[in-house]
Amino acid sequence: MSENSAVKGIIIDDQVAENITRVEELSYELKVGEVMTKNVKSLSPEMKMGEVLDFFRQDRISGAPVISNGSLVGVLSIEDLIHALIHSDMESPVGKYMSTKPITVRDSDQVVEALKIFVSTGLGRLVVVDNDAKMVGIITKGDITRGLLKALQREIQAEELRTYRASHLFEDIESDRTSLILRYNIKQGDFLRGGQASSHIKRALLRLGASPQLARKCGIAVYEAEMNLIIHTTNGGVIRAEIEPNKISIDAYDDGPGIKDIELALKPGYSTASEKVRELGFGAGMGLVNISRCVDNMKLESAWGKGTRLSMKLFLQEKEVVGEGRSSTS
Amino acid sequence: MKVNEIISIVEGNLLSKCVDLGREVKGGCGADLMSDVLASIQPEAVLLTGLCNPQVVRTAQMADVAAIVLVRGKIPPEETIELATEECIPLISSPYGMFELCGRLFQAGLNSLERPMSDQSPCDCER
Repeated sequence: MSENSAVKGIIIDDQVAENITRVEELSYELKVGEVMTKNVKSLSPEMKMGEVLDFFRQDRISGAPVISNGSLVGVLSIEDLIHALIHSDMESPVGKYMSTKPITVRDSDQVVEALKIFVSTGLGRLVVVDNDAKMVGIITKGDITRGLLKALQREIQAEELRTYRASHLFEDIESDRTSLILRYNIKQGDFLRGGQASSHIKRALLRLGASPQLARKCGIAVYEAEMNLIIHTTNGGVIRAEIEPNKISIDAYDDGPGIKDIELALKPGYSTASEKVRELGFGAGMGLVNISRCVDNMKLESAWGKGTRLSMKLFLQEKEVVGEGRSSTS
Repeated sequence: MKVNEIISIVEGNLLSKCVDLGREVKGGCGADLMSDVLASIQPEAVLLTGLCNPQVVRTAQMADVAAIVLVRGKIPPEETIELATEECIPLISSPYGMFELCGRLFQAGLNSLERPMSDQSPCDCER
């Protein structure tokens, strides 16, 4: 990680720190062409400075590209106009005051490239060209700010829409029994990604409108079950979560090695986990005990040499139903 | 107590990006055993731990932990920091040991959010 991402002793008192980071990311994702101003009015080198004054005033702009015979030859900014005003030289042509060899960016560049140029040169606007060096627009810091804000707004709306759609999922579907089934393959020994399936299930429940308490109970139970598959199985296993408006059924199953003594496995503190697993903070023999506390109904079936199936059920009260228009935050 | 107050009390370094420093922390829990954390911690607590692997972040996410403080100046592997950033959980490294950290935060008015083994109520705590 970079130096500046570790803040010593705190303290940006900024509620939107999250959004700031996202803005940084967006400046790499967005292209100059997406945020620039298109259909830019241009000047010709022969135009008189006096005409430019009217033009800038009328269109409320502070700079424009100068085009001659279809190609970009310079940029005239309001500072250049002021120079001409100071010298009372409004009859002179644009060509005399414009800055030549304008710095350009390409429409396919990342927005961050334009930002870098703004910072290093102190310029207020850059001409945007396409791959054939033809002018296609102009970009200012204001364009970038607007572009980033719009992109953020789009993302927030997209998440709201996703949550809204999911929370109404079951409403318009008619059947005798509707359910949503999520399946995850869990790899044996994959500690790095351990918890990913649980994380996805928890998020899905929240989007479906589950209460935070319900999502938490489910998350903890599935997480323990997921870690069990990672730690104790021969070939990994499967987590299958079936979500119905008023019931959640989660099965974690594998094809071996199975549990020799189920009663012993259910005893708090009993574990067969290795030292390595204990170093990871698991294998204290509390997993199944934890699960049984979080779910309404737990069933553990196993045959040594065959495999294990752990079934968990949560029954949702009327006010807790998911996928029928109830929002998780209300 | 807010996350940024915790960072100053523990004189910590914030390691994860994407955090809400104004998030309210309701209490604390200190443990290295993740199953213990899952079994005992109540929502919106700060978790003090010596464990640095990504499972700490997953555990925190499942148990609605408001912030994680790593003890004795431990620097976790990159995967742990990345996951914390992804899940928007403040991951803080403090130079102090577990004992001192618990003391500092308790003295500053933060209460325990660990439940005893005898409390067998289901894990849906008051929020």
